[in-house]
Amino acid sequence: MSNIESYEKAKKDFTWDIARDVLNWKEDELLNIGAMCSDRICARGDADKTALIWEGFGNRSAKYTFDDLRVYSNGFAQLLKEQGIEPGDRVCIFMDKNPSLYFSFLGILKLGAIAQPLFSAFGDESLEVRLASANTKAILTTRKHVRKVRKIKDRLPDLKNIIVVEGDPAKLKEGEVFFDVENAPRIEEFDVYKSDSETPSVLHYTSGTTGQPKGALHVHSSVWGQALTTNWVLDLKDDDIYWCTADPGWVTGTSYGIIGPWSLGVTQCVLDSGFTSSRWYQFIQDNRITVWYSAPTAIRALMKDGSELVSEYDLSSLRHLASVGEPLNAEAVIWSGEVFNGLQFHDTFWQTETGSMMITNFPGMEIRPGSMGMPFPGISAAVLDLDSHEPLTEPGKVGLIAFRPGWPSMFRSYWKQPDVYRSKFVGAAEDAMPDELRMNSDLWYVSGDRASIDKDGYYWFVGRDDDVINTGGHLVGPFEIESALVEHEAIAEAAAIGKPDEVNMEVVKAFVTLKPGYEPSNDLELDIMNFIRKRLSPLAMPQEIEYMDKLPKTRSGKIVRRYLKAIEWGEEVGDISSLSDD
Amino acid sequence: MEEMKKIVLEYIVDEYLDEDDEDEVSFDSPLISSGIVDSFSMVSLKIFIENKYSIKLSDEEATPEAFDTVNSICDLVNKYVG
Repeated sequence: MSNIESYEKAKKDFTWDIARDVLNWKEDELLNIGAMCSDRICARGDADKTALIWEGFGNRSAKYTFDDLRVYSNGFAQLLKEQGIEPGDRVCIFMDKNPSLYFSFLGILKLGAIAQPLFSAFGDESLEVRLASANTKAILTTRKHVRKVRKIKDRLPDLKNIIVVEGDPAKLKEGEVFFDVENAPRIEEFDVYKSDSETPSVLHYTSGTTGQPKGALHVHSSVWGQALTTNWVLDLKDDDIYWCTADPGWVTGTSYGIIGPWSLGVTQCVLDSGFTSSRWYQFIQDNRITVWYSAPTAIRALMKDGSELVSEYDLSSLRHLASVGEPLNAEAVIWSGEVFNGLQFHDTFWQTETGSMMITNFPGMEIRPGSMGMPFPGISAAVLDLDSHEPLTEPGKVGLIAFRPGWPSMFRSYWKQPDVYRSKFVGAAEDAMPDELRMNSDLWYVSGDRASIDKDGYYWFVGRDDDVINTGGHLVGPFEIESALVEHEAIAEAAAIGKPDEVNMEVVKAFVTLKPGYEPSNDLELDIMNFIRKRLSPLAMPQEIEYMDKLPKTRSGKIVRRYLKAIEWGEEVGDISSLSDD
Repeated sequence: MEEMKKIVLEYIVDEYLDEDDEDEVSFDSPLISSGIVDSFSMVSLKIFIENKYSIKLSDEEATPEAFDTVNSICDLVNKYVG
């Protein structure tokens, strides 16, 4: 029997207080995610239970109990306190998926500071933009990634503490601090910050169509949404061995790769090595993984490597599969049922801003391959008419996915950008502040994605409602790419769009015009690609560059990405009367 | 073949590793499975090889496994230029 038992019954009887029941929560307990995922699990008698099974490249592996989580997170909290970090300060975690990432995340929260995890493949420019935006005070990183921090630190006056958590301390530069938590004195006791439901916890950066990335701010009460969705949708039980393949540099990696499973005291696995299908299957086999939460890009890559490879491994431990990041195509759902002992991936839809799952396929519910599923109980969802913004009632009609505000994991603001936050709500008063908006259940929070609803209430994803590029399950903003492209010595103007891709759904394609004296060539194309890869990230690197004599623009000089995208996707170009004739 | 391996290795060291990187990379070092080159960056490595040797590698052959070491990359390239 699945945890949710019956979707219909769960919907009918729903209150968010059920999350407290699932966690056996008492009203006088401390609401601090760092302590809830470690100290609290120990206090309930599971100190010796395995919390983390970690494997890295080159046969490196380690296991940690919940007591280890407690002590090592205390260690990070104590260190940061000694370094002068105070509650509310932003502390960036910039490292690969090594164990210290997980310990430090909990430690930052125990101190009352705000964890700002960033994807370790970001180049120095992407890193700088995000650290500058958040006025980040400290960064925890590794020998491999500290070089990027060194390049930009002089331009970040708020960044006071650079802490390197592994490697050779002798190689550190002046002003850097070395801290190897596993070899430092054990900190058995730490006075955990008395956070409440609205205390900020995590700041995740996400990309939009215009401007630089925005920081979506979450709070400690997000745990109610994350724990309950983990329990009902991922169906985690006490004896499960769970694997979330996401990197905590992105929201899935914190909501469901840290907070959800560990608040419930479930054992989870982390694999920190490059992707190959055989390595992933080996990891599932070796660790007897039971519940697997992955991404369509990975699933399609596994599919590409064929069914025969699957049969070389014993994957009989698996009992439940789920997916997130971008729509999971019907073929991948059907394929998974064929090769994983009848188990189909359950697609889930949510965003950095929502903090937890919103529309999902539930255990025990009929999966309609290609569908996003149905709204989570307690989530009031709709598809709004593109023009009137009224909820659509006609099955199959395409509109904007929207939610009534007020669920616990909802982001509380965009960091220092209340106007942008306000712009996400249909019907918001011009002067409404974030706290009013998130409590106003007469408004609609608009997700930026389009979908339709069929006659039985299943949601079907259609695409983004803006120019943001979804590549490999990650959102990349065209503005950030275009800004970096024009910094290349050969480029005069640039536009970036997503082009269709069999595995990654979309990949970045750039259209560029060149400055006088430069000629299109294959070598220049490669040079531009590497320029973006190093400055921003491999995700942002254009996988194709098209040279143009001029870019399509409005008469006021704005580049019209919509026109380029329509041509690339073979779609109707639409009204082009506003394009300049020049 | 040895010359080709040296060229590919040099490109990987120049483009995907930092100047003071302590990781020793040889012809046999895993590139994709170790995370030195991720699946997105593999595209730029593939384009480098195609430009350098004036070939076009098919997606079916340019797999993460085929790109996992300098040796395996050069084996693949040799099928086109050999």
